[in-house]
Amino acid sequence: MTVLNSKIPAGPIAEKWSSHKAAIKVVSPANKRKLDIIVVGTGLAGGSAAASMAEMGYNVKAFCYQDSGRRAHSIAAQGGINAAKNYQNDNDSVHRLFYDTVKGGDYRAREANVHRLSEVSGEIIDQCVAQGVPFAREYGGTLSNRSFGGVLVSRTFYARGQTGQQLLLGCYASMNRMIGQGKIEMHERSELLDIVIIEGKARGIITRNLVTGEIERHSAHAVVLATGGYSNVFFLSTNAMGCNAGAAWQAYKNGACFANPCYVQIHPTCIPIHGEQQSKLTLMSESLRNDGRVWTPKKKEDAVKLQKGQITANDIAEEDRDFYLERRYPSYGNLVPRDVASRAAKERCDEGFGVNETGKAVYLDFKYSIERLGKDVIEARYGNLFQMYEKITAANPYELPMQIYPAIHYTMGGIWVDYNLMTNVPGLYAIGEANFSDHGANRLGASALMQGLADGYFVLPYTIGDYLADEIQVPRIDVNHQEFVKKEKAVTDRMTRLYNIKGTKTVDSFHKRLGNVMWENIGMARNEEGLKLAIKEIQAIRKDFYKDLRIPGDYDAMNIELEKAGRVEDFLDLGELMAYDALDRKESCGGHYREESTTEDGEAKRDDENFAYVSAWEYQGEGKAPKLNKEELVFENVKLTQRSYK
Amino acid sequence: MADKILKELTIKVWRQKNAKAQGKFETYKINNISTGTSFLEMLDILNEELINGGTEPIAFDHDCREGICGMCSLFINGRAHGPDDDITTCQLHMRMFSEGETITIEPWRAGAFPVIKDLIVDRTAFEKILQAGGYISVNTGGVPDGNAILISQDDAEEAMDAAACIGCGACVATCKNSSAMLFVSAKVSHLAKLPQGKVEAARRAKSMVAKMDEMGFGNCTNTGACEVECPKGISIGNIARLNREFLVAKIKD
Repeated sequence: MTVLNSKIPAGPIAEKWSSHKAAIKVVSPANKRKLDIIVVGTGLAGGSAAASMAEMGYNVKAFCYQDSGRRAHSIAAQGGINAAKNYQNDNDSVHRLFYDTVKGGDYRAREANVHRLSEVSGEIIDQCVAQGVPFAREYGGTLSNRSFGGVLVSRTFYARGQTGQQLLLGCYASMNRMIGQGKIEMHERSELLDIVIIEGKARGIITRNLVTGEIERHSAHAVVLATGGYSNVFFLSTNAMGCNAGAAWQAYKNGACFANPCYVQIHPTCIPIHGEQQSKLTLMSESLRNDGRVWTPKKKEDAVKLQKGQITANDIAEEDRDFYLERRYPSYGNLVPRDVASRAAKERCDEGFGVNETGKAVYLDFKYSIERLGKDVIEARYGNLFQMYEKITAANPYELPMQIYPAIHYTMGGIWVDYNLMTNVPGLYAIGEANFSDHGANRLGASALMQGLADGYFVLPYTIGDYLADEIQVPRIDVNHQEFVKKEKAVTDRMTRLYNIKGTKTVDSFHKRLGNVMWENIGMARNEEGLKLAIKEIQAIRKDFYKDLRIPGDYDAMNIELEKAGRVEDFLDLGELMAYDALDRKESCGGHYREESTTEDGEAKRDDENFAYVSAWEYQGEGKAPKLNKEELVFENVKLTQRSYK
Repeated sequence: MADKILKELTIKVWRQKNAKAQGKFETYKINNISTGTSFLEMLDILNEELINGGTEPIAFDHDCREGICGMCSLFINGRAHGPDDDITTCQLHMRMFSEGETITIEPWRAGAFPVIKDLIVDRTAFEKILQAGGYISVNTGGVPDGNAILISQDDAEEAMDAAACIGCGACVATCKNSSAMLFVSAKVSHLAKLPQGKVEAARRAKSMVAKMDEMGFGNCTNTGACEVECPKGISIGNIARLNREFLVAKIKD
């Protein structure tokens, strides 16, 4: 029986983090040298955590599956990072950022975590500036800001349309400095395949060297998972192709609870699907909604002509355009949060007003802002995004509106952690997108980068000390310990089992089948019948997977199909857990839209009375139904109201 | 723009089992590819066919498929990232090719980037250069307010121009000398344009150049090929800045 203790400090919300910091233990510099920490993943959370903890004096071992830490998928974030600096004098504050984030998350995040996130947000900007992140500047040399969906102030800092890239390069540079100084031992092209628990504490990991195929043992006093999200369970998503749930899934199988797995964010502005052979979806930054107006035709006959390619957007008269976000949500207009904008787009397309040949696209139009501000201004703001769009679609967004459609983008669920970011397995931490804590059922734009860096720079480096202070007497963990031997064997057995199936079907074919089931039944709209069906279908795909998978190539060498097979195996299990979670949650919140729970005017209807809890699922063994633990969410500082952006 | 179908293409691709094995070109046919398909998706389709036919798929590096991670590294028809300007391979689409065409695909070829398998190369040499000095030495915490460091809009923009480098290695792959000057100069310029980076500018330029030489990259002879093939349009003006920074550092010695 797992007891979930969130360890949220007592006291007023604005003082919780300060008083907690004052109370938790600190490790002396002389002792930090004796302590090893494993950080898995080198994105914004992992990179910043590895760099910060190495600077503090810990011995850090960092791991990533890419060929370089700089390629983590944080690099693809375009729009920006939020911080409550109030540089624009528009009445922003820590409290307002806190409030917007809790509300944007549909009241399913932990108040205390979100408040801390808001508190440290300003420091993140300062840190990144000091590292040389070239944020946009005003003529006078001060930092520039823009606004994002779900928010009425301008608090987003940005570096053109490449903010994620620049923030990542900042912490990657700090990592490089520590690697150069020998404080970080870097392992690229390495994938975590299991976690080693000794006497109840996380003490190491088993990895596969993706170049040589060797299974390796790595030990440490604590293990930090910063392995991102699991959107690729849907096959088509905006995530990088290698993003996977492997580490999180191993944490779950080793006793860590998996929280809110069904909370998935749908991003409203992606380039629509073009055909059956598509491998991934490309996001267009939400910042585009600052200057782009979203619309579909008012008349169905116009939509039909667009779908047949008989006319273009420019042939539709002004009065025949339905700016449906501005119509439905007058106060936020095009800047409503992502889940709201996504559902509204789907609703228009489902009604037959889609604008491309598949009927699954709406317009994001820059005509009006180009008229108002001039092409130069729009080009300066979004030039690289426009260029990217044109390269992919062969259409010029300066002349014709962009076509966009919602896509799976970010996972709000993840490994359950307490206020210290530790899982319920002692010594095992989860930060950034890999954990569940800060976003609730949805997240606002520019807040993922904020959480990744907050966790890595300013939260974990403090909170991990509280645990490690009691570990200073523990000598370096021996990788010949029987638990390492046991886990290495388990990993080898698992990989050889997959390799030896010798069937006829490719890994990707299974992944696509799973993705299809996920999107149809656990995607933008869900109902009880569909979810139950999904569980059955996933079980059938799994059966076929173990019977008919084909992995060519050598076992003990670089083998990309074998890598993918392990990931898809995890996705099959995770997909099933997502369905269980979605079934349990008979309410609509964030990106989780239960068709049985809607308001009269078609908006998502939350049920605070029965569902104001975190679902923390506990592994019960292979083939057994998972056990649901609940962490009740307590809201003392924000009033739970129906989210309205009208 | 409506997509067309390319009925048949011939793919000539470099196959190499591992770093020690000898590689050679293999030729495959692929049919019915939509011009709206990306180049990497075309390779996915080819790989599915190879696996179904019992052959090991072609190994190639890729990840974000959004033109930003810098992992894809294909030399296509004699050009880094293929026949289009200002793109990575994942942004290359099949509409750039014509019916019946033969497409030749090779890995980056440079002594400092040894082949790992098929089209995958080892770019660790870039990491080593950055570890030698591609950073601003600042610890987490205890930094001034972001607005306490004023930076002119032009300087921030120029720094951003250089910082946009994705470290893909196209510059090295396309240079007849396999020089890493564009990559190194981009990082040096990014940090030299900012007041925060100035303090250790001399040390940075010297140590990065020394490491670049040590890793086995060739010299720059100003042919400008790197700039032509850079997916992010990094200017060779940065190389001039690196040379200046390096010279000033040496004079200070």
